[in-house]
Amino acid sequence: MNKQNQFHIVKRGAMPWYFGWLVRGIAIVLALLVSAAVTTILTGEDPLQVYATIFHGAFGTKRKAWMLGQNMAILLCVSLAVTPAFKMRFWNIGGEGQVLMGGLATAACMICLGDKLPNAVLILIMVIASIAAGAVWGVIPAIFKAKWNTNETLFTLMMNYVATQLVAFFVIVWEVPKGAGKIGIINQTTEAGWLPVIGGQKYLLNILVVAILTVAMHIYLKYSKHGYELTVVGESERTASYVGIKVEKVIIRTMLLSGAICGIAGLLLVGGTDHTVTTTIAGGRGFTAVMVSWLAKFDPLVMIFTSFLLVFLDRGAGEISTVFGLNHSFADILTGIILFFIIGSEFFINYKLSFHKAGKEEKHV
Amino acid sequence: MKKFLALILALVMSLSLVACGGGETVEEDNADRDASVVFDNNSDTVDITTLDPAKIAEMKVGFIFLHDENSTYDLNFMRAAKNACEEIGVEYLIHTNIPEGQECYEAAAQLADAGCDIVFADSFGHEDYLIQAAKEFPEVEFCHATGVRAHTENLPNFHNAFASIYEGRYLAGVAAGMKLNEMIAAGEFTAEEAKIGYVGAFTYAEVVSGYTSFFLGARSVCPTVTMEVTFTGSWYDETAEKEGANKLIANGCKLISQHADSMGAPTACETAGVPNVSYNGSTLSACPNTFIVSSRIEWTPYMQVMIGRVAKGEKINADWTGTIANGAVQLTEINEAVAAEGTVEKIEEVKAELINGTRHVFDTDTFTVEGKKLESYAADINDWGDLTGETEVIKDGAFQESLYRSAPAFDLQIDGISLLDTAF
Repeated sequence: MNKQNQFHIVKRGAMPWYFGWLVRGIAIVLALLVSAAVTTILTGEDPLQVYATIFHGAFGTKRKAWMLGQNMAILLCVSLAVTPAFKMRFWNIGGEGQVLMGGLATAACMICLGDKLPNAVLILIMVIASIAAGAVWGVIPAIFKAKWNTNETLFTLMMNYVATQLVAFFVIVWEVPKGAGKIGIINQTTEAGWLPVIGGQKYLLNILVVAILTVAMHIYLKYSKHGYELTVVGESERTASYVGIKVEKVIIRTMLLSGAICGIAGLLLVGGTDHTVTTTIAGGRGFTAVMVSWLAKFDPLVMIFTSFLLVFLDRGAGEISTVFGLNHSFADILTGIILFFIIGSEFFINYKLSFHKAGKEEKHV
Repeated sequence: MKKFLALILALVMSLSLVACGGGETVEEDNADRDASVVFDNNSDTVDITTLDPAKIAEMKVGFIFLHDENSTYDLNFMRAAKNACEEIGVEYLIHTNIPEGQECYEAAAQLADAGCDIVFADSFGHEDYLIQAAKEFPEVEFCHATGVRAHTENLPNFHNAFASIYEGRYLAGVAAGMKLNEMIAAGEFTAEEAKIGYVGAFTYAEVVSGYTSFFLGARSVCPTVTMEVTFTGSWYDETAEKEGANKLIANGCKLISQHADSMGAPTACETAGVPNVSYNGSTLSACPNTFIVSSRIEWTPYMQVMIGRVAKGEKINADWTGTIANGAVQLTEINEAVAAEGTVEKIEEVKAELINGTRHVFDTDTFTVEGKKLESYAADINDWGDLTGETEVIKDGAFQESLYRSAPAFDLQIDGISLLDTAF
């Protein structure tokens, strides 16, 4: 018997604006159902208790709510950084490395200049150094792409490893005590180079800086000439050349910006909250940011919501592993399930499955 | 481009403005620091039957572990945590796989938020972050194993602990030396070829003190022994530890020991058929043909003292040091199939001498540094990140380890031990 495929995949036509959000909403609900089911099966806990724990993990105490804000701010900052590059169809997955370089430059200033300069001057130098370091790390692949059309995905990815190794190297150079393989908190007694605490809330500065950046990026992409140019380059490099846009210049300029904002994320992490540098300080945000940006269709204002969603679920998952006495890897499993559904939902937004039934008309799902 | 520059500039300016508004930090006076430090080191134990059950019922204990059960060090710590809390009957929460970074502060803060009265952390690199949490949560006691800063930090709720594990390693070294003697007597190699290999994690005092005491124990029974040490730069890197052990075996080492937390070195020994002296716990089940003995720290008494003090509302000292006498320093069961004959008796004999004080591990008559006997040494006991020693530790003919603070401070390179690499 000639067996036909039971279904095939069809690209969807134009759908109403709310359709995408409906599918995403369903995906999140499904993700939560599966997470709760997995937790219940493995631990025997009440599923409702699992949801309460997720919520408690994100908002349970004032400090947790602030931490949520902080994590969201840093993730959003990295997402803002990669967005102009993405809009230009330049796949910058080197956010991780650019953040690390920004953080490393900040730490270098704090360690080497910590007791030599007044705090205000030191912080100014840290700001410049971190932005420059991130920008340099971002622009190297851009120059290669612009001049020799190298593959930016691989290039930026590999720059991450170089940055990680550089940080690992300097951790050994600056380790305290000698031989311990860690830097620890930099200037813990003098607090030299620590970004100022506003209103007694140590995460407030980061949140404000990122809020300003978000609005600025929205304006930049939507209303500036640069934003228009990079969108045109993203749609078609040929069209861009034809209308007189210098494609090379746009690529390099956009990646300078992208790297620079990653540098700011590094600055906020090292100077603002962590006051140390480790190879894991970026914490995978360079990659999570890709998702934040993508889910929001490169719209900085929508990214506020998507970054909130990811951070909320991540912190909730972390709380589950603590409260139910599970290995911390369990949080990673839950985060994995949630991300699987969220990413999967994008498929159903863009495509539909058509099922065949012998002799009957096609049914669309 | 101009707009972007203007934006960055505005950001820079606003940041620096805020920075100027920040208070000036007063530089601490270094000159009188030495005099102000009070060594407050004890090794008491607690009778858990005297604790108030009502108080225990409302208490919570938190734990922060660097790795999980796959690491021998963390496994040893986790077992003690479970024992200590279950014997007392107190509720406890754990966080595993917490790196030595900001994640540790976050974990500590979460435990404090969850209502823990006392929080333990098990890794050296957790210290700075625990101190950060201790400043923020003054009502919670933070107890940090293997750290060095409690006695200088002057925080009433931050404490260090360690055990005089150098004594345990010395005893394990005696077992190693006897095994080497047996192999020499059997004609497997000459006395001059007796060489021990050691896989260490990092190059700071905790590891140096460990391999030196192990070596001195071995040399006390096998005078011709030498040792080679290699480092992995990680507390848990199974591949690097295995490679390290293989390199040492290829270099002609006849017996291997390690101070890193995976099963890398013991399994490499089992494969190569080279005797192994382990750490943190018995590796007998995985290595029945090569495991001799393991020294380990039994953390249960320590945790019970700390929890007990909190339950009674008593002050906790800056440092707590576990010893052979209070049961914190232990040797596992000796694998008599591999160990030399008479090892059990010899270890009992040396142990008795260590307890009654007739033998000292770091007796300055038993080792030389650059060919000379050590008459005086200023160790970096008060670790202000200055990396310079300030406390005289040679007293009564021995290096006084774990006397001024619980964590080891012996960081000298003695003759007879060669380091293959010092990258870490």
